[in-house]
Amino acid sequence: MSNLNDNFSFSEANEHEAAKILAKYPSDRKQSAIMPLLDLAQRQNDNWLSRDVVEYVANFIEIPFIKAWEVVTFYSMYYTKYNGKYLVQVCGTTPCWLRGSDQVAKACKEMISPDQNTLSKNGLFSWMQVECLGACVNAPLVQINDDYYEDLTYDTTKNILQSLMDGVEIKVGSQNGRTSSKAVS
Amino acid sequence: MLKEKDKIFTNLFGDETYSLKSAQKRGDWNNTKSLIKKGRDWIIDEMKKSELRGRGGAGFPTGLKWSFMPKDPALNNYLVVNADESEPGTCKDRDMIRNEPHKLIEGCLLASFAMNAHTCYIYIRGEYFNEAVVLQNAIDEAYEAGLVGKNAAKSGWDFDIYLHRGAGAYICGEETALLESLEGKKGFPRLKPPFPANKGLYGSPTTVNNVETIAVVPTILRRGGEWFSSFGREKNTGTKVFCISGHVNNPCNIEEEMGIPLRELIEKHAGGVIGGWDNLKAIIPGGSSVPLIPKNICDSVLMDFDSLTEVKSGLGTAAVIVMDKSTDLVKAISKLSHFYKHESCGQCTPCREGTGWLWRMMEKIGEGNATSSDIDKLLDVTKQIEGHTICALGDAAAWPIQGLFRHFREEIEESLTKIRAA
Repeated sequence: MSNLNDNFSFSEANEHEAAKILAKYPSDRKQSAIMPLLDLAQRQNDNWLSRDVVEYVANFIEIPFIKAWEVVTFYSMYYTKYNGKYLVQVCGTTPCWLRGSDQVAKACKEMISPDQNTLSKNGLFSWMQVECLGACVNAPLVQINDDYYEDLTYDTTKNILQSLMDGVEIKVGSQNGRTSSKAVS
Repeated sequence: MLKEKDKIFTNLFGDETYSLKSAQKRGDWNNTKSLIKKGRDWIIDEMKKSELRGRGGAGFPTGLKWSFMPKDPALNNYLVVNADESEPGTCKDRDMIRNEPHKLIEGCLLASFAMNAHTCYIYIRGEYFNEAVVLQNAIDEAYEAGLVGKNAAKSGWDFDIYLHRGAGAYICGEETALLESLEGKKGFPRLKPPFPANKGLYGSPTTVNNVETIAVVPTILRRGGEWFSSFGREKNTGTKVFCISGHVNNPCNIEEEMGIPLRELIEKHAGGVIGGWDNLKAIIPGGSSVPLIPKNICDSVLMDFDSLTEVKSGLGTAAVIVMDKSTDLVKAISKLSHFYKHESCGQCTPCREGTGWLWRMMEKIGEGNATSSDIDKLLDVTKQIEGHTICALGDAAAWPIQGLFRHFREEIEESLTKIRAA
């Protein structure tokens, strides 16, 4: 992937987006924009941040590289390596665990890789165990890139992963047919 | 049971769209100008009358908190909304953001006006990507309709509102860590004093409020502080959105009257405990940071701040995590210990070292490889952490363990003895 990051710069569309982000904060407080700018850069760069990319963002808001790197390594949503086209994050905190998150992780182990943070053989997927995703009444759940898939079982998790592999569209949100967090009646 | 007509969040589940037009049909943004024209003192007074206590977990009286903000118009006061919902068990703000964003935005305008703030930032957890898209759309709608921006809602008050996405750090739910993060730094909580009301965002006076706290403001001001305080009991008033997760038949979010009995809440709205009420082992009633309570307390306890404090637990975020008799409680709490270990920012030694130590000891107990004196040592370490850190994350790591052994020590020791004998 290294070639991708040489001389990184924002695309024209993202230049425009970055200007909108900077406008949210006082002009002498550019550092406030670092988190959304890192996110923007990461999205442009196959969902990971190389050193080059972080240097570019640091220069963009005129702060030392190390200050930017400090932010990158503090927050869990910045990735310093490539995680595949689909990053599957399995919540394993108590409310999810009580409702069977171990079975969801098992499905990921079987379909993606026995180990977390490891690319699948086809290079498309990786999975990782994460802490509470904040959708506990729809437990257990996974986040795949930007989307939550909720009320999962071992089987529905497998179905979702298979659908992604086959390029079949799947419904985001609850997989047991209910609306948002409303009780099944 | 709370009547439909008394619910604030009539679109909590997104049965209708979140759009401005749809929200206006539900009563949002109805003559907001007239509320602002009644003045700052009137708003704060109504908030005091409502006896609303902050919905983010600490339960501090909102009207009083607002009254701490300096009134000097030369200062750059800020309102910051904490939408970094991350307390395990809690997912109420998510529903308000994705299905009722205009209640939140209108609340931001009213609260900012009351606190002499022309600017508001909403800090939303990074994982809530789709929710952030909805909220930004709603903010854009409000700008286009002139409800926020210059001369917001024709009130004469200039008001800007911005959305800021976090990037995965529970600690940023702590208000001063949140401010650090908003300033573009790692989320280290600040030493207090100074408190944010004096020196907050960019060194300016700042109030940080939870999403639910702000989203109920428009309805309180329209229907009156006394209407709100007519629900629940003294100092524990209003309606509240509860999150019911774990071993219940139908997990859900639900708005109810503050002070509803815990058992009634679960049986009426979540289809009861799996296997029936008698299959209940214990409940964490207010999100992962509060101590669990065993079934005999759950039988009769009321869901409000003071009732739960009396039984040495807390209402916290009102996230009810139900555990039936099949639950390995040591493992359930150990998973929370792992959570706090993972989320400790590392700034204070007792928390940085202690949370990892707590988790390893909990795992040891879970494996049956521990003695009674190990439990004594574990509880002693929780006391070394509790109260000895800059923020409350250390306390939050200590309390679930203390709660577990307060109620189940005998049972856990018995099983350890059995394992040793075998």
